[in-house]
Amino acid sequence: MKIFTKAYWLQWSSPKTFYPTAGKMIPWFMISGLILTIIGLYYSFFVAPTDYQQGESYRIMFIHVPAAWMSMWLYFVMCIYASIGLIWRTRLSDMMAGAIAPTGAIFTFIALWTGSLWGKPTWGTYWVWDARLTSELILLFLYFGFIALRAAIDDPQRAARASALLALVGVINLPIIYFSVKWWNTLHQGASISIDSAPTMAATMFTAMLLMTFAFWMYSIGIALMRVRNEILEKEKNASWVQELLRDGK
Amino acid sequence: MIALLRWVIWRDMVLAMRRKSEVLTALLFFVIVVSLFPLGVGPEKNTLAIIAPGVLWVAALLASMLSLNRLFADDYHDGTLEQLVISSQPLAVIVFGKIMSHWFLTGLPLVLISPVLGMQLGLDSDSIVILLLTLLIGTPVLSLIGAVGAGLTLGVRGGGVLLSLLILPLYIPVLIFGSGAVESARTGLGVEAHFSILGAFLVAAMLLAPIGAAAALRISLD
Repeated sequence: MKIFTKAYWLQWSSPKTFYPTAGKMIPWFMISGLILTIIGLYYSFFVAPTDYQQGESYRIMFIHVPAAWMSMWLYFVMCIYASIGLIWRTRLSDMMAGAIAPTGAIFTFIALWTGSLWGKPTWGTYWVWDARLTSELILLFLYFGFIALRAAIDDPQRAARASALLALVGVINLPIIYFSVKWWNTLHQGASISIDSAPTMAATMFTAMLLMTFAFWMYSIGIALMRVRNEILEKEKNASWVQELLRDGK
Repeated sequence: MIALLRWVIWRDMVLAMRRKSEVLTALLFFVIVVSLFPLGVGPEKNTLAIIAPGVLWVAALLASMLSLNRLFADDYHDGTLEQLVISSQPLAVIVFGKIMSHWFLTGLPLVLISPVLGMQLGLDSDSIVILLLTLLIGTPVLSLIGAVGAGLTLGVRGGGVLLSLLILPLYIPVLIFGSGAVESARTGLGVEAHFSILGAFLVAAMLLAPIGAAAALRISLD
């Protein structure tokens, strides 16, 4: 089988082979993201029951929780790409790490924003200095630092490696965010969903949350691929295959 | 390795002693920033005692960060750093020595003067002892973490502001537990847990930060 050979996998680390394939994959991820968003929002607003304590305001959770999950997951994926780039010096994984960062920062911001909108009617305040909120805010700063360091260094290789090291230093924040509700018993409630036990919520709520998570995930992959394609064109603008591509006007 | 460490520390100390004003700047910055708060907030004794732990810690954090630029910059400009990186000695040890002397020159004076500033802000004597101890454990962590950022931003345009963006988020845990310890001492709660965590930060940072900073220097000088 072709896919079991090393050469098959290695070819994807070449921007030249990756560029057209990414182009073909983007519509699939974007369209499935869109469809999942529509179904997920329908579930969130019309199928999931009204919460007996919080009323309708809890429905913002269907954005908040998936966005918070994605903010942590994207940082983790970014670190994987960054360390691959650091170890094997593959240009494409550096570009992927750089392409994921803005989306991760946006999801972190959305998680904080929706959380504070939910907090006002429920906790009576937009913001508290709770461990989970603070560590999520630090995550946003870490994304900003990563993006800023990449932008500040002119030499692309040095920029990629320096920001990769920074991302790896910051990865220590991820377990802190995840376990913060267990370690510190502050205002933010513990997880309602875990792998080893049944979710403590109605099944339709759970479905809606999963749908929204996959929708965000598909969107993230699609948008990261779009960004990485632009970066490939920019970085490889002197390569002959890019010149040909531009000449053909594709 | 010990000899190497001693040599690096001695060299940096001698260099700093030849230019004393740079060492004093960080200390004066710390004193001035802390003295600004009573003027800004008002001289009310109780209010000052409440904000004192946070003020002293934030000021210490900023003072430590501002002096980080000097950690590698001079050696970088005259080419010494390049020679150190390509020498056959372990770079992490050299970096550790540089961080230690940096802490002796900027962190330690700050720790030593903090009781005076604590009194100025109306902290009681028990809290001042705790403050001194937390700063003693905490400021080396700041220098250690900061070294990674200083290595990464070496020779980068607008490095100073960028450094603060990279480093301050990583300082937050130290700040929380450092000022938290003083705060619990002031309100009569136990401080053991805070000290354990600060100690854990110090051990982890001493182990990992020199390696990280050495990697950062190799990237910057590549």
